[in-house]
Amino acid sequence: MFIWLGLLAVLAALAVIPGAIGNRFYAHVLVLVLLYASMAQSWNILGGYCGQVSFGHSVFFGIGAYGAGMAMVTYRGVPWPGIIAGALLAAAVSALISWPCFKLRGHYFAIATFAIVEIFGRLFLVWDWVGGALGLDYPILDDSWKYFLWSSDKTGYFTGAALLFAFVFGVVRFLEKRRFGYYARAVREGQETAESLGVDSMRVKLTAMAISAFLAALCGAFFAQYNYRVDPPMVLSLDMSMKFVLITILGGMGTFWGPLLGAAVLIPLQEYTRTYLSHFGAGVDQMIYGILIMFMMIRQPKGIMGFLAEFGLLGGKDGGDI
Amino acid sequence: MPLLDVNGLWMKFGSLAANRDVSFSVEEGQIVGLIGPNGSGKTTLFNCVSGLYKPTSGRVTFAGKNITGLPMHRIARMGLARTFQVVRPLNEMTVLENVLVGAYLHSSDERKARETAQACIELCFLEEWRNRPAGAMTIGNKKRLEVARALATSPKLLLLDEAVAGLTSTEVHEMVELIVGLKKSGKTILMVEHIMEAIMPISDKVVVLNGGVKIAEGPPREISRNTEVMTAYLGEKFSRRLAESGVLKEDRP
Repeated sequence: MFIWLGLLAVLAALAVIPGAIGNRFYAHVLVLVLLYASMAQSWNILGGYCGQVSFGHSVFFGIGAYGAGMAMVTYRGVPWPGIIAGALLAAAVSALISWPCFKLRGHYFAIATFAIVEIFGRLFLVWDWVGGALGLDYPILDDSWKYFLWSSDKTGYFTGAALLFAFVFGVVRFLEKRRFGYYARAVREGQETAESLGVDSMRVKLTAMAISAFLAALCGAFFAQYNYRVDPPMVLSLDMSMKFVLITILGGMGTFWGPLLGAAVLIPLQEYTRTYLSHFGAGVDQMIYGILIMFMMIRQPKGIMGFLAEFGLLGGKDGGDI
Repeated sequence: MPLLDVNGLWMKFGSLAANRDVSFSVEEGQIVGLIGPNGSGKTTLFNCVSGLYKPTSGRVTFAGKNITGLPMHRIARMGLARTFQVVRPLNEMTVLENVLVGAYLHSSDERKARETAQACIELCFLEEWRNRPAGAMTIGNKKRLEVARALATSPKLLLLDEAVAGLTSTEVHEMVELIVGLKKSGKTILMVEHIMEAIMPISDKVVVLNGGVKIAEGPPREISRNTEVMTAYLGEKFSRRLAESGVLKEDRP
């Protein structure tokens, strides 16, 4: 109950923010926080709750981005059918890929997902039908919900990002307290134990993967719309995959608010360091990123949510419930 | 027809045969004890029956169906639940959540699952620890959690792998009471145990393994007098003490 109220409060606060801040940079950072929080949450379903660490989520993100991009550029239409098709395709591809990979346990699963990013990255670079290495550049169109494109200000994107955020977080909240949520966590905590209690772990993992990929693809579609273009290095990279993982780890894996907290810390940090420290050379933002993650892993592996629980700021009896 | 029938079961790990041609059956409503020295293949046998291992050869029949080599989750769904000797709590989940995982097997309805889970928690003396993370409990409570979680799946047959070992004497007493209570409520139980004072008085039948081979099967009183079992496991002094203590049931006609 409190969670739903919290979610509502976050959304209400977000609704008044864009009016209150005229600054496009702030609006840009806020849009990115919401987008990356949604991405991290989509990853959290599989990696956090179900315990299957995937470094392959940029593939599903990319499929979503290309779905929107091809609907706009290749087929010169509106992005919506492409977004839906991309998300469904991402779910199907994720299930097909993970069928063999889920037979691998622990680190081996994670390693296998690394390879998948490379394969898809190369494939899209040379595949003419999807635009190859040049990628897809959006045409200049009027600002509208129909095209989900805005160039004059960020309000439209902001509302879109808030809706995406609400949808992804809503789905996770819905699943978390149902049978699937318990089964996913049981598989994470002990696959054989879960099986001994009648849990079909393969089915649970595949379901978690498909839902996770579907939502990641929606985020990818938003990313393409927001950037007016899509090309392979932008989306199908290990760098992008790491964002899914690191934001969730920083915020707290397997917790509901972790992905939002992680994004709220990392994204502004990334954007500000990129803006103000870039004269020190490229990659300073990444270094700060890395140091922060290292500190977190050593000091509190459960992330920001772990810190909050440690200082008794979560109210509930256990942090996992929040 | 017995509820569980194990027939000619072999389990080989490379050249090592942990179970050699083991056959026995468990009648509905019985408590059957499985005893034997360390390394005699008791846990391996449990793993073969519950589906964790795929037996090399032989046949396991449960409730009239051949379950040999089926995946563990399917066997569990058919009504065969087990506990683990080396406890496996789902550490980061609370006691209630652990038991809920079991309770969700036959109902996706949250309210019903919670009712089942709550009942099992109370039955296993875990009410006090309900909202504690399972990983933070004592070994005794983790053993109880194993039982509560398995019970929550509403099994017909419960396989208890040393559910009593490692408990304090009061806890042993409580657990034995619980097991007898479960039998009375209609459950069938197959249990591995080293504490003879716990297992012998309540078992209807005892199966003895040694070196992977079944060396004896019969009522506890008969087993306690069996010379082969004495040499392999019980020891002469203990057998006499057990027989004289009067805790064993009279042989049935």
